[in-house]
Amino acid sequence: MSRIATVFSALRDSGRTALIPFVTAGDPHPDATLPLMHAMVEAGADIIELGVPFSDPMADGPVIQRASERALAHHVALSDVMDMVGRFRETNQTTPVVLMGYLNPIEVMGYRRFAEQAAVAGVDGLLTVDIPPEEGDGLVAAVKACGIDPIFLLAPTSKRVRIERITRAASGFVYYVSLKGVTGAANLSLDAVRDKLAEIRTCTKLPVGVGFGIKDAATAASMAAIADAVVVGSALVSCIEDNPTDAPAAIDRIGSLLREMRRAMDGG
Amino acid sequence: MPENETPLTELPDDRGHFGPYGGIFVAETLMAPLEELRLAYERSLDDPEFLAELDADLRHYVGRPSPIYHAERLSRELDGAQIFLKREDLNHTGAHKVNNTVGQALLAKRMGKTRIIAETGAGQHGVATATVAARLGLECVVYMGEVDVARQEANVYRMRLLGAEVRSVASGSKTLKDALNEAMRDWVANVDDTFYIIGTVAGPHPYPAMVRDFQAVIGREARAQMLEMVGRLPDALIACVGGGSNAIGLFHPFLDDREITFYGVEAAGDGLATGRHAAPLCAGTPGVLHGNRTYLMEDLDGQIIETHSISAGLDYPGVGPEHAWLKDSGRANYVAVTDQEALEAFHRLTRSEGIIPALESSHAIAQAIKMAPQMAREQILLINLSGRGDKDMHTVAARDGLTL
Repeated sequence: MSRIATVFSALRDSGRTALIPFVTAGDPHPDATLPLMHAMVEAGADIIELGVPFSDPMADGPVIQRASERALAHHVALSDVMDMVGRFRETNQTTPVVLMGYLNPIEVMGYRRFAEQAAVAGVDGLLTVDIPPEEGDGLVAAVKACGIDPIFLLAPTSKRVRIERITRAASGFVYYVSLKGVTGAANLSLDAVRDKLAEIRTCTKLPVGVGFGIKDAATAASMAAIADAVVVGSALVSCIEDNPTDAPAAIDRIGSLLREMRRAMDGG
Repeated sequence: MPENETPLTELPDDRGHFGPYGGIFVAETLMAPLEELRLAYERSLDDPEFLAELDADLRHYVGRPSPIYHAERLSRELDGAQIFLKREDLNHTGAHKVNNTVGQALLAKRMGKTRIIAETGAGQHGVATATVAARLGLECVVYMGEVDVARQEANVYRMRLLGAEVRSVASGSKTLKDALNEAMRDWVANVDDTFYIIGTVAGPHPYPAMVRDFQAVIGREARAQMLEMVGRLPDALIACVGGGSNAIGLFHPFLDDREITFYGVEAAGDGLATGRHAAPLCAGTPGVLHGNRTYLMEDLDGQIIETHSISAGLDYPGVGPEHAWLKDSGRANYVAVTDQEALEAFHRLTRSEGIIPALESSHAIAQAIKMAPQMAREQILLINLSGRGDKDMHTVAARDGLTL
């Protein structure tokens, strides 16, 4: 069983929801990422989503855009991100790591070369924001051949026929974008999310994560009641932005925010 | 071309591919609105009422057909091929951009959208969008990079006069590509009531095909006008290429005229060798940006790099995917012209013909100035004079050390 499947199976047995923090690799500095990853696991993260910096993050709000800019100021490339995962794996063989980013850096590296290097580094899943399954055959085949789960987004605008198509191509879990907007937006409707999750679950047995708009323990807990995983990104990245030159302080704040979320999600 | 390949005129395929280029590379939220747009657009193509309304707008509002002008004095000076200009600079708002915004705005109205958004670089597409939005009484927001807002003040003011809100974009390189990112983000958040008018033949399907079809009026008219004026077709077509909408608009109706050569002219900026340019077809590599696969200015890590051109309208790191395919298939030639050569062409056309071209179009003129002397006097070069130079007075004056 893959690391991702193992995590979801254990959580299901204990009746808990996965907490998935997102941070951009190399933000605010390449040296900060490895300790941050370990600190997040310690604070209760079940899976880590590691953002691959890109110059044109079209689906991201201002907070994560600036995270990319800070990382790119240190020239953090896709291969550097995979190196970070490799170093994380030296001491952690259980927490799944999902790379999240845009297609072009992978396109330039080559699908096969990327998949092979990612698998060697210990990457478990790949979420490419700007590749719908219609264009994704080559990339999906390449990562699956190396045992990496292709993770796809579903949106409020996804109709049933697309949900079926996307969940057929996906493995590991699917990621429901809880609102029409970019990352970090704030107008989340719990009822609308609940209805859509019910529709998605009639199409797939895969775990369904929810992200975009989860900013504190209360929203995390309310989502945890209806989803299999809760993804939190901009709220964590804001802690880095507030402490741009003090990585240990940022890591501390991210740790406490995750612990609060974890406690609220597990029922207090 | 191998026999099993789709003829160029029948592209893109039903998912927006021109060979390996084009396609739809966007986040899931935009898949549904793009499908809605594609269906609305395809219906409009077969709708006589839509086509009649578009035709009437182009005639009475834009001022089409735009004339073709034989630049006899310039041709004599160059002592070679005869130079003809397709006068898109004479359109309402001063460039070819309005052909497309009129078309997309009609579509927006039919789809019941109440809000228009657009990206702009030099401001010409922003002005053309604000213009049609004003006419239809639609709310209009134009995204423009902070750098471009500063260097194109007059166009920012024009857009505001027309009732548009101009939002300055401070992310990334603060230019056209970042304005496009920001417009996409707006669209994701407001898909229900908002129509995104993309200004060039890039972006996800159906934009490259749709914008081309709205701009192809340039080539259709030019073809008929040449036959009427001189009884034959030109030997070569020349147009500048940023995103590539004026070039594809001219080229497309001539695709089957295999004896006619096409020249797309990119911005070489300070020179291709300096790296300070905006010439992805001449000096870039394929990749994926802004919803489509095409040639890009990118580094070895796949990050998009900053471009440079004296002409804000050509200052873009990508190019329409149909141009990428016309390049690979050998149907069109792509060359590049430096800032300096474009400026010389700007002055030359102004002095020999009394026509002040946009700096974008000056790149095409510069290519004609290079080619004409090598050709016979009976040969014909047809250039798309895509816009007028009024907007560039400050830039040109600054080069001459003057402040206006």
